Amino acid sequence: MMLRSYRDVVGADGSGIAAQVAGQRARVDRRLATVGRVVAVLSGKGGVGKSFVTAALARLAAARWPERVGVLDADLRSPTVARMLDATGPLRVTPSGVVPASGSGGVRVMSTDLLLEEGRPLAWREPSGDAFAWRGTLEAGVLREFLGDVAWGDLEVLLVDLPPGADGGVDLASLAPGLAALAVTIPTEEARRSVARAVRAAADAGIRLVGVVENMAGYRCGNCARTGPLFSGDAGSALAAQFGIPLLARVPFVVEGAADAAFDPAEAARVLEALG
Amino acid sequence: MKFLCLDCDEQMAFAERREPGDGTFAAAFRCPRCHRAVALLANPMETQLVGSLGVKIGGRALDAPPFELARGSMRGRDDAFVDEDRGAAGPGTGARPALTWSVDARERLLRVPGFVRGMVKRIYVDYAAQRGIAEITPEVMDRARTELGLEGM
Repeated sequence: MMLRSYRDVVGADGSGIAAQVAGQRARVDRRLATVGRVVAVLSGKGGVGKSFVTAALARLAAARWPERVGVLDADLRSPTVARMLDATGPLRVTPSGVVPASGSGGVRVMSTDLLLEEGRPLAWREPSGDAFAWRGTLEAGVLREFLGDVAWGDLEVLLVDLPPGADGGVDLASLAPGLAALAVTIPTEEARRSVARAVRAAADAGIRLVGVVENMAGYRCGNCARTGPLFSGDAGSALAAQFGIPLLARVPFVVEGAADAAFDPAEAARVLEALG
Repeated sequence: MKFLCLDCDEQMAFAERREPGDGTFAAAFRCPRCHRAVALLANPMETQLVGSLGVKIGGRALDAPPFELARGSMRGRDDAFVDEDRGAAGPGTGARPALTWSVDARERLLRVPGFVRGMVKRIYVDYAAQRGIAEITPEVMDRARTELGLEGM
């Protein structure tokens, strides 16, 4: 009996698995061919306002590039950015793809928030007892479909709101070559340490870092519009210095008004230039 | 994954796929020389692990519809999607003959969760169109399900 190994047996496997996976990637490549830039908005930490910043930047970008800005909510389990952009379903499914929801300012949005029952968590139809073995793969597959099956059309920029975590968009980079990343932090030292891990992961994966936005950099009074202290620390400038990237904006916490109104106009312009 | 017939030292070819609907999966491979067959039997976890990759054991007969993985796997709301029909002529298929659904097939389709129903309907329509089938019946649906690997749909 001669037992040969996989590589000894010449020819494709009977299922063409490698070809199927290559086909999935080709589908993403074709879809992103009309997208100027894909920019991941990342932080290593939850609660820094990453989705808030993503929504604000999307609106600002849409003012500059009308109908040519997209937002992909990669936070599959805790999606928020669609609501911030007033994007609602149902989603139209055409033979050429799923038409993204239209959010405020004409931003094109895809998010699990558009798919899930109100108040229900992300759940799968498969047996849950051993979900640890396949859930990550399935979520990566859904993210791939969000990239490759959505009829994004011609976009200047597609912002990807990443979930919190130190991954730094590395998984996304394997699907979207040329991925760039924008880091979001709050001023505190704890945030700096956490965001630094994510930025390091992104840098190590060859993801181009466009800069840092420091969110909740002070509190802007709704009456007098003066900005006072909120958190101590200088994580934004520290991260910029650590990674040799620009601190693009320091955004104060505001109680009311549109997210993009919190941005200083000059800083907003600088962020958009960096995204370009 | 390859299957090798040790007696013939020949790679076995994919022959058939079965998804009985209980989360498990079976695929048969046959030696092209001696015609001996073996079955790959996967438990639910193994079946799901492969399914999570968005690939089909035995290959694909149809292109994956948009959001195949999300719609086939996620528990979503019934009104999440509005599926547009391809119309009389689908891409690459030429003009389509009129297609009807038997009453039983319609009832069965209505039992599919709304989140995924439109996609499943389109898969059955494409399956029938490719084979020149004029009426979709539960038997046609069973065949499509087995051949295309529509686990749980």
